[in-house]
Amino acid sequence: MYEELGDLGFVPFTVALDRCADDPRPFIEGAGATHPSVIDSDHVVAELYHIVNVPTILWIDERGRICRPHDVQFGTDTFTAFHGKSSAPYLEMIRAWVRSGEGAMSDDEVRAHRIAPSEASQRARTERALAWHLSKRGLDAAAARHFDRAGELAPKDWTIRRGSMPIRGENPFGPEFFKLAEEGVAVYPMDDVTPTRES
Amino acid sequence: MSEPFTLIEGDAVHELSATLSGDSVRLEPAALEGSLGWTLKPEGLCRGDACVPVRDRAALLKDGLVDLAGLAEALGQPLALDLGERAAALGTPAEVRAAALDRGEAPDFTLPDLEGRMHSLSEHRGKKVLLIAYASW
Repeated sequence: MYEELGDLGFVPFTVALDRCADDPRPFIEGAGATHPSVIDSDHVVAELYHIVNVPTILWIDERGRICRPHDVQFGTDTFTAFHGKSSAPYLEMIRAWVRSGEGAMSDDEVRAHRIAPSEASQRARTERALAWHLSKRGLDAAAARHFDRAGELAPKDWTIRRGSMPIRGENPFGPEFFKLAEEGVAVYPMDDVTPTRES
Repeated sequence: MSEPFTLIEGDAVHELSATLSGDSVRLEPAALEGSLGWTLKPEGLCRGDACVPVRDRAALLKDGLVDLAGLAEALGQPLALDLGERAAALGTPAEVRAAALDRGEAPDFTLPDLEGRMHSLSEHRGKKVLLIAYASW
């Protein structure tokens, strides 16, 4: 898509919420990515934007303003059978936005369609920060206590709960994940706005 | 007795010494100023030109030492604490994050790519940016 739209003043900026560069390396190298592709093991972007699941996509206009807020959408149909979303309608929306600006929302609309950070979610991120620090020092038992506490404070934030599974030696596609999926995931308001099926 | 203690705020990791008593952590005022930059003054807790009034000075200052939980309370910051490993993290209040998002501007950040080269969102001002947070999990 970057190859197709890059000349029109468009750039995808990908942020991997992974523990180290080697986790997303196959995705980045496999895609032959020439756009900025960064690693965010400290969850800087997750916190600044209050991201609670992946893949989360936002549109940012030429003035640096968010013009379409958090939306869980997919660039491919690999997991369509699991989550029920087709990629085509959203990819078409991106093309229209880049070409004509269509689909951009006003500041008020953006505000009305995002979830706000809460006291509990910020406490969860703080516990996660401590857990991640302890984990990097090899203090796994102490790290587990704080990952657990973070998960209790933000039970539907998958950047915290599913994102900590690889760090904790758990399989994010295994039984622990399906247990988590049964508890449900936080959903952005855009889920009701963006078409996710081909018409 | 003073012991080594790690205090994390944002991307800064401060190694200092603290007095642990019961379930509380206390810092020398000089250690607080040298790490997080806060100084206790008559008008409150001050960092640079900015001061935060302190409602409960007795909860903040105990035996001449700054109580970490009292500090977090006075600053309105979430605190995560591990007494066993002598480490704590201070977070950002929800209203600070919410206010930044309410302003409508996309918060800037600088992070490394696979090769360690740093990239900032703001380098792409003037273009339409699709910000994609994803993960291998």
